[in-house]
Amino acid sequence: MEEEKLNIISLPVEDDKEIIPEMEVIEAEQGGREFEVETKNLSVSFNGRPAISDINLSVRKQTATAIIGPSGCGKSTFLRALNFMHDMIPKSKVTGEIIINKHSISEYDTVDLRKKVGMVFQKPNPFPKMSIFENVVSGLKMNGNKDKKNLNEVAENCLKHAGLWEEVKDRLKEPAVSLSGGQQQRLCIARTIAVSPEIILMDEPTSALDPISTQKIEELIFNLKKEFTILVVTHNMQQAARVSDHTAFFYMGKLVEYSRTRRMFTNPKEKLTEEYITGKFG
Amino acid sequence: MFQDSIDAREAFGWKFIFSNEWDPVKEKFGALPFIFGTVVSSVLALLLALPVSIGVAVFLNEIVNKTLRTPLSFLIEILAAIPSIIYGFWGIFVLAPFMRSTVQPFLQSTLGFLPFFKGTPYGTGLLTAAIILAIMITPIITAITRDVLKAIPTAQREAAYALGATKWEAIKMALLNARSGILGASVLGLGRAIGETMAVTMVIGNRAEISASLFEPAYTMASVIANEFAEASGNLHVSALIEVGLILFAVTFIINSFARLLIYSFTRKTEGK
Amino acid sequence: MEETVQQYTSVFAKPKNLRRRKIVNSTMLFLCVVAAIISILPLFYIFFYTTKSGISSLNWDFFTQMPKPVGEAGGGMANGIIGTLILVSLGSVIGIPVGVMAGIYVTEYSGGLFSNLVKFVTDVLSGVPSIIIGIFAYGVIVIPMQGFSTIAGSFALGILMVPTITRITEEMLKLVPQSLREASLALGVSRWKTTLQIVLRTASGGIITGILLAIARAAGETAPLLFTAFGNRFWSTDLNQPIASLPVQIFNYAISPFEDWHNQAWAGALVLILLVFVVNLIVRIVTRDKFANKV
Repeated sequence: MEEEKLNIISLPVEDDKEIIPEMEVIEAEQGGREFEVETKNLSVSFNGRPAISDINLSVRKQTATAIIGPSGCGKSTFLRALNFMHDMIPKSKVTGEIIINKHSISEYDTVDLRKKVGMVFQKPNPFPKMSIFENVVSGLKMNGNKDKKNLNEVAENCLKHAGLWEEVKDRLKEPAVSLSGGQQQRLCIARTIAVSPEIILMDEPTSALDPISTQKIEELIFNLKKEFTILVVTHNMQQAARVSDHTAFFYMGKLVEYSRTRRMFTNPKEKLTEEYITGKFG
Repeated sequence: MFQDSIDAREAFGWKFIFSNEWDPVKEKFGALPFIFGTVVSSVLALLLALPVSIGVAVFLNEIVNKTLRTPLSFLIEILAAIPSIIYGFWGIFVLAPFMRSTVQPFLQSTLGFLPFFKGTPYGTGLLTAAIILAIMITPIITAITRDVLKAIPTAQREAAYALGATKWEAIKMALLNARSGILGASVLGLGRAIGETMAVTMVIGNRAEISASLFEPAYTMASVIANEFAEASGNLHVSALIEVGLILFAVTFIINSFARLLIYSFTRKTEGK
Repeated sequence: MEETVQQYTSVFAKPKNLRRRKIVNSTMLFLCVVAAIISILPLFYIFFYTTKSGISSLNWDFFTQMPKPVGEAGGGMANGIIGTLILVSLGSVIGIPVGVMAGIYVTEYSGGLFSNLVKFVTDVLSGVPSIIIGIFAYGVIVIPMQGFSTIAGSFALGILMVPTITRITEEMLKLVPQSLREASLALGVSRWKTTLQIVLRTASGGIITGILLAIARAAGETAPLLFTAFGNRFWSTDLNQPIASLPVQIFNYAISPFEDWHNQAWAGALVLILLVFVVNLIVRIVTRDKFANKV
């Protein structure tokens, strides 16, 4: 009810339940979940030029949400705003409200917030002067965790989680840059989950990877959403369809449509969405 | 520094810059001979160094292939890194005798009617100092000219070739487009030459006189400080030397700021395209 | 762009004799080759001459013996070498932290008025003649302490090192990809820890080479030492006393009329040249690896 008032584009009433029965199960699982990320009238501008405006979106706990849209539509900008990355860029301005875990983002300390909200970037970016092991535990180490045993455990755990353990368990001391691109990206995911965030933001995590690595990352995302809330920006609509529960379509800095992934790809509400999905532009 | 030189300013005022008498014994101090020596040696050095530097920059950027380019640019870098004391030392023992025995008599016999080449060829003097300075600032000007040439888009060069230009014509076009950057590089080189101390001190002859001949010994601001500061007699002498330093600082400051602005604006302009 | 097109057409529109253009072309290109040879020539000459004149006096004694009085053969520049080591080490203690921190400040916290000021000051400082730095050190340290001293010399060398180190730190930090900073911040690491443990660590190789360059340059500086560290014929490690240094000793020997001293000075010059050469070579190799790895 409160959502209505605030004009959040709410998850639509399911009229495709009958057609796709397993949706019911998913809905039953997810419907009761709390909202983890909510934005209210979120706008970001650079140098006075708006990049996204009035985005209202809410994401439930432990779901995967894909954000799609043509280049320059503001999807990455939106994602980075959730992590406060824009304070790195001079002359950027963020207005509106972001609510993470029931608390407004302004109540958090930026550094604490980023521990809660991890991020995986477009290009794999392991720390070049560090070994594989050091990379995984770098977040913990730099925040003062020096317990060797604990670090070893975390490293093994996270690498297993990221599906990389079997490939690297014998070469943890080797430099991270010796890994292949796909392995590096999984390493970055392991590094992100090592600081035990609640939300993981992924900014086109597979766009620099080959198809096989991409497939592995997609499987990973599918598994990770059991524990984390995932927002993934992607260019690839099949990917969005494969990994996400909900999809948001951005166009020219606006949120055009936000609904169940399956619905979005079979029966979009908006004409613009349909045109984009069917490849009329993009 | 401004404070430390107050004695000299009170004693001489503006006359300090325009008087050409420098006599520590009589406590009369005028900086004109040093300003003259500094300006002439530096400008002459720049005139000698500029064409060579541009040639080297063009050679390294446009002509030579990569296998030769790396060692050559390394050697030029070394040239910039050699301590100036070694240049001076080499200047006294190698360049000055060579100038005395070969270059200066030759210049005198061919161009001796000009006032610049009159007088006894001592070997040391303005011309020798200028040559040493030219050797020292060549690497600096070369390095910046290369950067400036690199900043010019390849497309422009290709456009010239496509119109049927010869290699030199294409390069000339690039150089013309880069002229403000090259000007900046030269001004920076000039600033370095003006401030250079040890090498000049060792070969310029150190005599506080103004003469039209380039063979005559002269003195520069930096070298008078180097020579007299440590054993300056009396407060007024020290104060006068500090004022010379102040003038030198002001001159290099202005020249360097100007050069930086030129180079900044040039690279920004080309990057913006 | 239009302007450029006009430039080109104005040149090529004139019907020129192709043969003449070709001759001009090869003449100018030839002149460029000549320029390159002319510029390299002094280097080889200096190198050759210094080696020839210095090698005979460059022996173990040179590094371990004190200078001998005029007329006596042999002896060395042990005091000068130690003096230079002390001066440069103390100078580094001043110059390296200040230089590196200024470089970090300029790149990592750029945009503010103060960081632009720092950038401008280092740029201007790099063009200030070293002898002026000497006068400055004289005013700040020699006059209050009422005498030439090691401290004053080190101070002057330290200031001289700052712009080189700041510049190279700045360049190297700029090479560190922004994505690494973001990755670290996204892990909930604070900004200064990111700078220190990720950015600085990634750029450390390049920064160290920059420091080496600055040290090599400081070791060869003469002018600012003339009236700060002054020079000393004798062994001294007292920081409040004048101290010998290799370049000043070379200078004093070079302008003296004695053959023995000249030989000693050449040996000193050879040491300096070799130092410069080796340091630059190391820098070249390290930076080349750096670019090859695309780190």
